[in-house]
Amino acid sequence: MTPATAPKRRVIPWIEGVLLVGFLLLPLAIDDFWVLFVTRVFILGLLALSFDLVWGYAGILSFGQALFFGVAGYCCALLATKAGITSILLLLPVAALAGLVVSVALAFLVILGKRVPTTVFVALGTLAGSYVVERLARGWSYVGGQNGIPSLPRMTVFGHEIAEGPVFYYLSLAILALVYVGLRWLTRSQFGLVLAGIREQEARIAFFGYNVQNYKGVVFAIGGLVAGLSGGLYAFHEGYVGPGQLGPVLSTQVVLYVLFGGVGTLVGGIVGVAIIDLFSFYLSQLWETGWPIVLGLLLLIVVMFKPTGLIGFLVTARERVGSFGRCTPKPKGGREAAAAVNEVT
Amino acid sequence: MNAPMASASVLEARGVKKTYATLTALDGVDLTVTERSFHGLIGPNGSGKSTLLKSIAGAETPTEGTVTFLGKDITRATPAERSRAGMSLKFQITSILPALSVYDNVLLAVQAQDAMTALFLSRTREPLHARIMEMLEQFRLDGRPDELAGALSHGQQQWLEIAMALAREPRLLLLDEPTAGMSSQERRATGDLLGPIKDRCSLLIVEHDLDFIRDICDTLTVLDQGQIVDSGPTRIVQNSEKVKEAYLSHA
Repeated sequence: MTPATAPKRRVIPWIEGVLLVGFLLLPLAIDDFWVLFVTRVFILGLLALSFDLVWGYAGILSFGQALFFGVAGYCCALLATKAGITSILLLLPVAALAGLVVSVALAFLVILGKRVPTTVFVALGTLAGSYVVERLARGWSYVGGQNGIPSLPRMTVFGHEIAEGPVFYYLSLAILALVYVGLRWLTRSQFGLVLAGIREQEARIAFFGYNVQNYKGVVFAIGGLVAGLSGGLYAFHEGYVGPGQLGPVLSTQVVLYVLFGGVGTLVGGIVGVAIIDLFSFYLSQLWETGWPIVLGLLLLIVVMFKPTGLIGFLVTARERVGSFGRCTPKPKGGREAAAAVNEVT
Repeated sequence: MNAPMASASVLEARGVKKTYATLTALDGVDLTVTERSFHGLIGPNGSGKSTLLKSIAGAETPTEGTVTFLGKDITRATPAERSRAGMSLKFQITSILPALSVYDNVLLAVQAQDAMTALFLSRTREPLHARIMEMLEQFRLDGRPDELAGALSHGQQQWLEIAMALAREPRLLLLDEPTAGMSSQERRATGDLLGPIKDRCSLLIVEHDLDFIRDICDTLTVLDQGQIVDSGPTRIVQNSEKVKEAYLSHA
């Protein structure tokens, strides 16, 4: 364990700063292909944030994040193709709302029951939801069945098209940064303290008078909203939606992104998406058929031997949990004086 | 000692029965905790005292009988509802949150009364600060609010937990073996720390250490095999023959 009185070296703000500056400047140095690639990382990074919030902060093992992502994508795609609505000012709020509505509905089924649900119950419940809706989408011709809805028009803002490339890149980065700041603020608030308590000693927290399930329900809903936003962006970036975007495979992929990058740090999820996708890309070029095996082994090694993920190499447990309250500043020199006394005795 | 003769009751348990399959842990127990009393609950191992405390706190539901708190029937209330009604509990096993700072542990306990929206906006962080520092000072932890709770000594962790249980100004505090594993010095200090809360809060305490109970409790209830052997003012009960018999035959 790290000594409790070790001077606080905060690493996460550095990682965040480096990433932000790097991402802002990156399009100057890369070609179109990589701009699309990194935009996809931002969008899936949003999805990873949503999972990190529910699992890393509230202990809800949700295998349903793709469900919110996919339903939002389908809603936007239908609006764009059937009703001709392309304004981003309408589509993105609809995407977020769709994610929110589906997650609240699912929360009533698996989280907000009379009894406190176990982790496994929630995992299986969300997984089943994700699976069922994927099957439905595959069989429903109105939403394109197996093929999904291809050739989506581009989103527009005041009549201007938002084309994939630098514009979409900065749009996604801005949304990711906004959501990130919002979640960071939330997880460091007094509400975030309750979540930290739930993560550590869920049973104990109820005896303080907290209704743990309500807290979990709220976090689950916020996670759904963020996943929905991500799903809307993804649909228009890729230009299509398909049943795969709803299902357990994508849900599981999100779990891996976050476990690999580092649970409960927010930034870890984004790092996870970037590294896994980059790895997959290069590995698939090196070994066309066997690369998923190598990737799977790598993920397994990290998850087994470094449960805190890649971020865990840089960030201490103390910083990950952080502090929430306002402490009175210590009198200057108090700590050194105490240390000196300790040395003498 | 000036035990109040007929003060109002804070807690009343009537005919509480708890059975697990074939085992009867509690067999029709009546217990009354009056206002501003320190009530000790003792008995040999397996006598049902922890089960009784859990039934009162909401960690167990009695098979039969009722528990009334401040005039309200809470037999089937959830722990959270009991807590909000003014009941507070310190578990037998220390259950502070070791990865959080000492300050945040107390903040978590105090802010539990606030609405979720207030916590969302961190509205009560500032107003609660003074209260938290006061609790830390009272329990001699004010020198190290930043330290991780897990880094405190065993005795200090117990005090922190009592501070957390008291932070929300409960009407009744339930303590399950607060001095377990403490040095005699820490034990004495715990008694001193609990003394001043008497004018605000009643105490129901399960404890193995008879000397500690004798020092701080004005009322004593002795359980054996799920039934009450004797109950009344400490100085009378502790010398009763029935109690000595029950206690010594098992000890």
